[in-house]
Amino acid sequence: MAAISADNHGLRLATRYAVLTLIAIIFIFPLVFMVMSSFKPDLQLLRDTSSIRAFLPVGDISTDNYAAAFQRAPVGLFVFNSVFVTGVTVLLSLLLCSMAAFSFVFLNWTGRNVLLSIIIATLIVPFETIAIPLLLLVSKLPWIGLEGFTVGWLNSYRVQIIPWIADGLTIFLFVQFFKDLPRDLIEASRVEGASWWQIYTKVVMPLSGPVIATAAILKFLVMYNQYLWPLIVVQEETYRPVMVGLQYFFQLNTAWGEVMAYLTIITVPVLAFYLVLQRAFIASIASTGVKG
Amino acid sequence: MKLKATLVAALLGSTGFAGMAAAQTDLTLWYHGGGNTVERDIIDSIIADFNGGRSDWSVSLEAFPQGSYNDSVVAAALAGNLPCILDVDGPVMPNWAWAGYMQPLPISDAALEGHLDSTIGRWDGEIYSVGLWEAAVALYARQSTLDDLSLRTPTLDAPWTGDEFMAALEAAKASGNYEFALDPGMAWTGEWYPYAFSPFLQSFGGDIVDRSTYQTAEGALNGDAALAFGEWWQSLFTQGYAPGTSQDPADRDTGFIDGKYAFAWNGNWAGVATLDGGVEDVVFLPAPDFGNGSVIGAGSWQFGASGTCEHPEGVAAFVEHALQDKYLAAFSDGIGLIPSTTEAAAMTENYAEGGALEPFFSLSEAQALVRPVSPGYVVAAKVFEKALADIANGADVADTLDAAVDEINTDIERNSGYGH
Repeated sequence: MAAISADNHGLRLATRYAVLTLIAIIFIFPLVFMVMSSFKPDLQLLRDTSSIRAFLPVGDISTDNYAAAFQRAPVGLFVFNSVFVTGVTVLLSLLLCSMAAFSFVFLNWTGRNVLLSIIIATLIVPFETIAIPLLLLVSKLPWIGLEGFTVGWLNSYRVQIIPWIADGLTIFLFVQFFKDLPRDLIEASRVEGASWWQIYTKVVMPLSGPVIATAAILKFLVMYNQYLWPLIVVQEETYRPVMVGLQYFFQLNTAWGEVMAYLTIITVPVLAFYLVLQRAFIASIASTGVKG
Repeated sequence: MKLKATLVAALLGSTGFAGMAAAQTDLTLWYHGGGNTVERDIIDSIIADFNGGRSDWSVSLEAFPQGSYNDSVVAAALAGNLPCILDVDGPVMPNWAWAGYMQPLPISDAALEGHLDSTIGRWDGEIYSVGLWEAAVALYARQSTLDDLSLRTPTLDAPWTGDEFMAALEAAKASGNYEFALDPGMAWTGEWYPYAFSPFLQSFGGDIVDRSTYQTAEGALNGDAALAFGEWWQSLFTQGYAPGTSQDPADRDTGFIDGKYAFAWNGNWAGVATLDGGVEDVVFLPAPDFGNGSVIGAGSWQFGASGTCEHPEGVAAFVEHALQDKYLAAFSDGIGLIPSTTEAAAMTENYAEGGALEPFFSLSEAQALVRPVSPGYVVAAKVFEKALADIANGADVADTLDAAVDEINTDIERNSGYGH
């Protein structure tokens, strides 16, 4: 009986590993293809697509595509722009949305439930439907900066950052997480004389590592993958992000090797960001059931 | 004394320079060639020459990637942020002119003498844009293939008839040497479909819209000629002559070079790559004549003045400057496109007499037909693309073309006839 149980356990384990390996292969192979292809000349790359060679570093391997990619487009500038816009937006979004969620969960004020419902309802509104009205709005907005008073936010970092700071999903994530925090903690802090600001900064946020990681990663991906919005509000190369920059590589005869090299380069910040927050992200999924 | 004189000279020089710089009105040029380093270098040199030689105008360049260029322009037009000089794809120009994104270009006739007619963008009786180059499509084949299959080599004066063309495809298919007889380029989507395939429809006697009024597609896109075209088009796929819409893009790029296809319908921009790929006996054949003449598409990128530009005469000055043969030749040598004048063609490596791509210039001169000159073309083109893809995938020809006609007509009505 014990032997049968051990066999079953072994079989289950083997099955589980087989399934996980298969899933891993499905997810990893496109990345392997991308990286391997980035080292191959175009003709070889295209010919290899019909065989297993597409996933192997074989044939005429070189870093020429990387050199050519940097020559074709200001890759470093595009990566900097995206990382800067994404980083600032993520930080401001975490701050603003967590404060909004704190207010919804812990403060008593009239209409908060209605307002929260409205904010959550915005999740079903596709961005494409508000893109043009938003474009018209930002093109007329005033701004006071180093250059003085100006009208219109086009061609700037702020136009890529500010409209994206507050969003329903991030607020919703924080609200759900805050609701699960022990109320006793908050009430004890109030009894001890802590202000709401102190409770937010000293009690709630230090406990919110998992949801911060989740919200940060989700926001990071949304911002880093921005295409439509920067396409319509940025006409100067100086402020162009990586996804719009990708279009530089699609010419009459597309240089596929350079495309793969560029994609490999712009994937690095995403991987790095995920690896940094990986542990907290997984903890968040495990504790809240939130899926990325 | 010497020091004083030097200081005075420096002062005069600097104020003179400042005065000249201040007198120059800057015109921003939006260009679709972002990412094409060769093209960028040439346009930079044209601008540098222009700016260095004038005291009235200067031009500064903002390059965009081609794939997103049109969307950027439309968004900028909505936001009131257009530059003075716009780069515009030929068939899109009427739409932008009609929408007010562009204004007529006050350019002299003398500046356009000798230019291929298809490089001059006209709308509502006025010139709106002028191009430095043209593109052309030809039927790529190997001379050895023609010889092996005992096929007559078609010429501009005597292109293949529709029957001869189909006989050639049948011979290639029967030889068993090729995966497919013809590569029409189904893996390329978007403007390629109307640009490359509507000439077949026109050769049958149909068109995307009725060009006599531009108020309807009825009869043009679903008449007898169009139905014959549709049946022929579908037969290419049902009879196994050509790969369908699921064609691997890699095969589109290298299939002809690798010998998978006997013939390929492709543009002049692929000519050099084909030669470099080892197809030394490649020949560029004219489009077959299905009864109404041998036709290829025309109209490429052109320069014009935006609707909000306060200095169209400055734009015209820049365009006239850019139209010099040396620049047309430089563009042609750099990116392989067809220069817009015979004189410039003679200065190029590929289009001069005996050049590898010389046939394309003759094709442009003899067979080019611009796509429908109408603001509604941008919508009709997408409808046409979908209809052809559907027919290639087995949809009923008559029903599909009727539906396409309805969609195009509805769009024309919604826009009150597009100002025709």
